[in-house]
Amino acid sequence: MAFQIIWFILWGVLWAVYFMLDGFDFGAGMLYNFISKDETEKRIITRTIGPVWNGNEVWLLTAGGATFAAFPTTYALMFSYLYSALLLVLFSLIIRGVSLEFREKSASPSWKKGWDLGIFLGSFLPALLFGVAFGNIFRGLPMDADGYHGSLISLLNPYGLLTGALFVLLFLVHGAIWLAVKTSNELAEKAGVLARKLWVVLLVVAVSFLAYTYFATNLYANYFSNLVLLIVPVIAVLSLLAIRLFAGRGQYLASFFASCLTILMVTFTGVIGLYPNLIPSSMDPNHSLTIFNSSSSVYTLKIMTVVALLFVPIVIAYQIWTYRIFRQKTTSLDIAAEKESY
Amino acid sequence: MDVLALSRLQFAVTSMFHFIFVPLTLGLSILVAYMETRYVRTGDETYLRMTKFWGKLFLINFALGIVTGITMEFQFGMNWAEYSKYVGDIFGAPLAIEATVAFFLESTFIGLWVFGWNKISKRTHALSIWLVAIATNLSALWILLANGWMQHPVGYTLRNNRAEMTDFGAVVTNTYGWLKFFHTLLSGYVIAAFFVMGISAYHLLKKNDLTFFKRSFKAAATFGLLSSLLIFLVGDFHAAEVAKTQPTKFAAMESVWNTKRGAAYNLIVIPDPANERNSVEAIGIPKLMSFLAFGDGQATVKGLKEYPAGERPPVMATFVSFRIMIVFGLLFVLLTLIAFFVSRGDRLDSRTTFLRIMFYALPLPYLAAQFGWIVAEVGRQPWIVYGVLKTSDAVSRAVSQTQVWASLIGFTLLYGFLAIVDIYLLTRTAKKGPDSDLSTIVKTPRTQEV
Ligand code: HDD
Ligand code: HEM
Ligand code: HEM
Repeated sequence: MAFQIIWFILWGVLWAVYFMLDGFDFGAGMLYNFISKDETEKRIITRTIGPVWNGNEVWLLTAGGATFAAFPTTYALMFSYLYSALLLVLFSLIIRGVSLEFREKSASPSWKKGWDLGIFLGSFLPALLFGVAFGNIFRGLPMDADGYHGSLISLLNPYGLLTGALFVLLFLVHGAIWLAVKTSNELAEKAGVLARKLWVVLLVVAVSFLAYTYFATNLYANYFSNLVLLIVPVIAVLSLLAIRLFAGRGQYLASFFASCLTILMVTFTGVIGLYPNLIPSSMDPNHSLTIFNSSSSVYTLKIMTVVALLFVPIVIAYQIWTYRIFRQKTTSLDIAAEKESY
Repeated sequence: MDVLALSRLQFAVTSMFHFIFVPLTLGLSILVAYMETRYVRTGDETYLRMTKFWGKLFLINFALGIVTGITMEFQFGMNWAEYSKYVGDIFGAPLAIEATVAFFLESTFIGLWVFGWNKISKRTHALSIWLVAIATNLSALWILLANGWMQHPVGYTLRNNRAEMTDFGAVVTNTYGWLKFFHTLLSGYVIAAFFVMGISAYHLLKKNDLTFFKRSFKAAATFGLLSSLLIFLVGDFHAAEVAKTQPTKFAAMESVWNTKRGAAYNLIVIPDPANERNSVEAIGIPKLMSFLAFGDGQATVKGLKEYPAGERPPVMATFVSFRIMIVFGLLFVLLTLIAFFVSRGDRLDSRTTFLRIMFYALPLPYLAAQFGWIVAEVGRQPWIVYGVLKTSDAVSRAVSQTQVWASLIGFTLLYGFLAIVDIYLLTRTAKKGPDSDLSTIVKTPRTQEV
């Protein structure tokens, strides 16, 4: 198999795992202000993601680094074309990071309010903007021999916004279920109820997205030419249904795994539809960035393959290990034990 | 300012800001890991309190290192798209390896360290801070190999309108990169040592918690002395490597205009770039410059006039920054030497003048490190990859002036705000001193399982 294809698959996996993991951080961060009734509940929520959000975010850095190493031309053009949108993502992620880390260290209530806003914006904006960016990539960017002809405003087209909404809702449901799993009593119940309500909205948006995709993009072409591939969107839909099924029975852990699977499969659905493009051109297919015309040399790809095969399994192993260490529910006892969760 | 000038300014602002936090992380992680290891070995609670107090300061700093690092990862594509296209085949690899090998490790185990006090054994807990320390040092290795390649490109060929890698081994064993690695690591160790000594000095002057701060000071003094001596040594090798591979930078560092055999080292020099000469050159030590650069007092040092004006770096900035770094380097050897001997005795808290000096010396290694980067980066101009690609050809074409103005202003405001919060939190935590009660590690009853 061509190394470009291996790296295309890895590229898709890195983004998918990133959305699956940081997705519940975003969801929890978006819900955080609305679902908590007092300071203790707030601290319980941030404490559920405290040990893991940074490790989750590194999947994004790795996706960025892997794009650079394997498809440098795509890295260069994608990030310079989407300059303003990416800038907003960076600012939001910076704000989320410091808000999560510094909230407990600030004594005054008005600072805490500021950090609370930071946690919300820093979770909502990246969720929305990643969706908008991927929606536009699915559609194709207006690029030709003269370069790029879009702007921040032109990214906010209906399809881009719909994809943004899809991401936001996927992460909201994902985060709500995470909280239902990781907290207890009233808070967990509230989260569970909310997850089921939000799921209905998610279903509506997901169905509209699938339909609109048919008209707005070329993503389905690969599926029509190779029907076996349809298994991926089919699993996406089935796992979406399973989220609700398990949540309805109060089996939130199973529901959470279904939600993980949904996010993975939704991302794969898009990525498979893109192949062999990384960024299609909406103006002239000859100027699409494909995995072949934007890749590194085979020599570099080979070296990076060895590195990835060697280290990614190790990373996965120790990340699973830490998730297991923190598998218990977070309660007010944890908060009391860590006076200052420094 | 055009897109190029703005992008350069923005890179300088964001990278130098990132490098305020990076070096303390590099050094303090090791000191904290040492303290916790001592606690696990001896069971002495002072070491536990030391781990907690310095660990708290470490984490405030670490948070900013992380968030400012995110920017770094993406701005090569955002502002330097032509650069990324041209050298991505080589430059992207170490960056991706850094994330895979180092960032995962450090971010995962820092979470375990912070929240795992009563979830894992003492040994595993100490191991996790060691893993964080190793990971941050590894991340420095890969990023500096990447930067080392820009300074002295090796293992590549020009093909398909770009630089393609032909020899990964050469990129990984690039002497330039390894010298950068050791030099930069040591700069972090010096910074961490002065940080711990400076804050300890403050408390010793106030007679707070004497045992605690004497012990902290002593550990940092030893670490600082070793690092200051070594950074001096490595710095000399580093300068020699620069002379060999980047003659224009070396000439700018020393402000050498005319090619000379057996060149002397002038202790006092005032460059006059407008007239391509030095207005003052005094107290020369014969043959020393040739010797430092090439290990041979008779060797020829090339002057800037050998090169067309368009291929010379800004002389004043490079020269002044280099001199300041060296003067500081000497000062640090002197200060840590005194600190080492004074902290051996038991009367450290009565040496008030020296303690006051050490308190005010706290920011100096930070300055030295920033000046070091100015030498390295400004001295490399007009090249972004020395001898291969000019900075002016590296900038993004699709990005407009308005966009970079907006992002530059945005970064400046956001980072300014972060700096204020950081300084506030660090000062408050440092002033407050260590907690006396250790309730944070008391076991809590576990009731619910998932
Ligand atoms: C000498 C060391 C050094 C240098 C020159 C740089 N960094 Fe850095 N970086 C670190 C040493 C470091 C570190 C010590 O490993 C940090 C600081 C605090 C931390 O958490 O890790 C870090 C954090 C950090 C992060 C966040 C990692 C996380 O979320 O865990 C990213 C993405 C980068 N860096 C990327 C870069 C890039 C692209 C650079 C080049 C321009 C760069 N750094 C220069
Ligand atoms: C791998 C790491 C790094 C890479 C790839 C890198 C690359 C670059 C690039 C692309 C520029 C802009 C073009 C230019 O003006 O030279 C630059 C400039 C600069 N960088 Fe670095 N840099 C790295 C690390 C750092 C760090 C950590 C610092 C320090 C704090 C630093 C300090 C500077 C400064 C001061 C400039 C401005 C120089 C000028 O524009 O004249 N660099 N570097
Ligand atoms: C006193 C002896 C020292 C010498 C001879 C020396 C030499 C050098 C040289 C030649 C460079 C430029 C390398 C390049 O262009 O790529 C450099 C860079 C640098 N220096 Fe120093 N230095 C000394 C002390 C220090 C001290 C005390 C610090 C900080 C505490 C420091 C921090 C740095 C940093 C961070 C860089 C940029 C990274 C790098 O290029 O390695 N140096 N130094």
